[in-house]
Amino acid sequence: MHRCSFGGRLTAVFTALAFSMALLGPAPARAAGKLKIMTATTDLAALAEEVGGEKIEAESIARGYQDPHFVDAKPSFLLKLKRADLLIVVGLELEIGWLPPLITQSTNPKIQVGAPGYFDASRFAKILEIPTGQVTRAEGDVHPLGNPHYWLDPENGLRIAKGIADKLTETRPEDAAYFAQRYADFERRLKQADERWLTEMKPYAGRKIVTYHRSWPNFAEHFHLNVVGYVEPRPGIPPSPQHTVELMHLMKRENVKVIVVEPYFDLKTPNAVARETGAQVLVLPPSVGGEKEITDYFKLFDYDISKLKQAFDAAH
Amino acid sequence: MKKALMVSAILFLCSALRAQESTTAQASGGISSAVLVQETRMRTLEQQVRTLAEEVAVLRGELKAVRDAKSAEPASDPRILLTAAHVEPGMLPANPSSVPASAPPDPASAAPQVTQTQIYGGATSNAKLLNPDISLIGDFIGTAGRNDLSPSRSLELHESEVGMQAIIDPYARADAFISFGETGVNVEEAYVTFTSLPAGLLMKVGKMRADFGKVNTIHNHALPYIDRPLATNNLVGGEDGIDDAGISITRFLPAPKNWFAEGTAQVFRGDSSTVYAANRRQDLSVVGHLRAYRDLSESTNLDLGVSYSRGHSNLGFDFGPNFLTNLYGGDATLRWKPLRRAIYKNFLFRTELFWSARDQLSPLNIFQTQHAFGMYSSAEYRVNRRWTVGGRFDRSGHATDGTQTDTGFSGILTYWPSEFSQIRGQYRFGHLAIGIPGDFSNANEFLFQFLFVMGAHGAHPF
Repeated sequence: MHRCSFGGRLTAVFTALAFSMALLGPAPARAAGKLKIMTATTDLAALAEEVGGEKIEAESIARGYQDPHFVDAKPSFLLKLKRADLLIVVGLELEIGWLPPLITQSTNPKIQVGAPGYFDASRFAKILEIPTGQVTRAEGDVHPLGNPHYWLDPENGLRIAKGIADKLTETRPEDAAYFAQRYADFERRLKQADERWLTEMKPYAGRKIVTYHRSWPNFAEHFHLNVVGYVEPRPGIPPSPQHTVELMHLMKRENVKVIVVEPYFDLKTPNAVARETGAQVLVLPPSVGGEKEITDYFKLFDYDISKLKQAFDAAH
Repeated sequence: MKKALMVSAILFLCSALRAQESTTAQASGGISSAVLVQETRMRTLEQQVRTLAEEVAVLRGELKAVRDAKSAEPASDPRILLTAAHVEPGMLPANPSSVPASAPPDPASAAPQVTQTQIYGGATSNAKLLNPDISLIGDFIGTAGRNDLSPSRSLELHESEVGMQAIIDPYARADAFISFGETGVNVEEAYVTFTSLPAGLLMKVGKMRADFGKVNTIHNHALPYIDRPLATNNLVGGEDGIDDAGISITRFLPAPKNWFAEGTAQVFRGDSSTVYAANRRQDLSVVGHLRAYRDLSESTNLDLGVSYSRGHSNLGFDFGPNFLTNLYGGDATLRWKPLRRAIYKNFLFRTELFWSARDQLSPLNIFQTQHAFGMYSSAEYRVNRRWTVGGRFDRSGHATDGTQTDTGFSGILTYWPSEFSQIRGQYRFGHLAIGIPGDFSNANEFLFQFLFVMGAHGAHPF
């Protein structure tokens, strides 16, 4: 009898423990609150905001003026990731150097790879430069799954937005109509803007440019630019004197007048090449937030296209 | 049986090809442009035949392996297979009848490095499938100069570390690092991490480097120097450090605004190189670590930690359960990395302090607790994308005799041809205690190191 009551007390203690553990566990999602979205890059945050509107809160880990290949896995991001309902990543191994430990350490089951709150935007986009045949690092820091800078094509922006809209609807079915309306609006505005951009870029179709890194294939394809060379000899490999000389020859031969440089690269080599070839160095942000005034996905293209036009016009 | 199948497949394909050729030949008539189309078509066909031939070669290899396993029957003439065995319908989605007849081939697709376009492409790579991410890091070290107390070999492949990392299931991931050294193989770490536990807990189970300070958690190849600090060697188990089989639990802790705090509690079997030894099942060792982190600005941050560890002294012999070693540690790291120029310029300063209280037998076989203190401070500065300069100051007592103190400093220069290789030189001076009070030996050494990374692109430690 005495033994039995002792066992009962023990059970009670365990139950209490289990309850307190459960209380400590993830708080039930407040349906009324905003969905908390973390994204790897600012562009994905901008797209999420277009579709999610005031029903969400989106924040990017990388800044728009930061090289998205090299981001520090700072613990301060962990607190934000822990509270996130959704994590949107670029994928294609762009974030392989910093995101996996953040996801693991976030202790947030919702955003683990494969969980419903993990959203790989590359699954919805048109991907270029997927290497075939043998892939080796003799090619530099190649991305075996294709070029991860795919958001620089408005059509991809629309595809990703559609994917995000579907994901948001899945997460918050009660707001389905809101997200559908936001997406329809975004689609209409983006198509309008794209027509304008295409018209603006039409006179420059086929223009040859050189870029620092391979960040621009989707942009170049959409706006009919011709990227003929790179300041980097191979992706992720800093410029070498020999390659720089070759690049100068190439640019003179092909009459290339514009060198596009992402804001996080050193301008020394591009400036030297520009001096030698009479070309112009153009710092062009590939991401939202790359400059102060680029506050959304539309302004990114507005900014880049106006800068490109100026540069092309100045070349003649 | 297999052979018969193969032959029939070949025959079928041959006839299919020939039939197709004859129909297109009739269709093309005598129009010159059609000749051109024919020409390009032929080239595509050739291209396809070539790729198919390669596949056949692979298949043949497999077939041969199967046959070899069965009997010592000689292989048939490979040439027959080479020309025709390629097109098992259904095996190849793009069989010749569908591709060239429709669209003229894109000239770009004939280039050796083909760039494909993928629409709505799943981010899968068929090369990986379900294999873990595998990498190998080679660590070659050379030493020149004079060190009478702890001489290392002139040239050695210090270790080759194989890393395998994968997501196990929706609730866990696993990481294994197996180090092949000059003297043998060692599982440096192999643990599973449960990421979806309740109450915000992160649990690791397996063999792992203990969360004692900073340098103890870092693999050799990720250190900003070639060797480990003297304090680590003297007090915290040297190169392998506190590295043992056990269970680790980590949780974020409530912290003031803008601070990040984390606590870790670990239990190990109690065997860690020269520090701990477990002679009984209950001789477990424990490690506790508290970490506080704060972003001072977008580019600057401060990382602080305190650590405690306790286990049974490794005396080389079992004198009973009363000999304990208590270790206390403190660490501070200041990082500066401007985001716009992160790959060109950054700076890191780190210092760690260690206190050791070790129960042991004195030379007169009397129970004593030996107290020793050790520390190091190191700084590194990235001058540009390829060069980093650094320095380190060391001072540490001996765990077995706190009155014996080693002092040293190092200058380090690192060159990075790319992200995946690293060449490093280090000048090291040591003023080392030799065991007799007041008597020291000076060591002047030059170390150099080549590191190379194969395979999966591991995450950079922070």
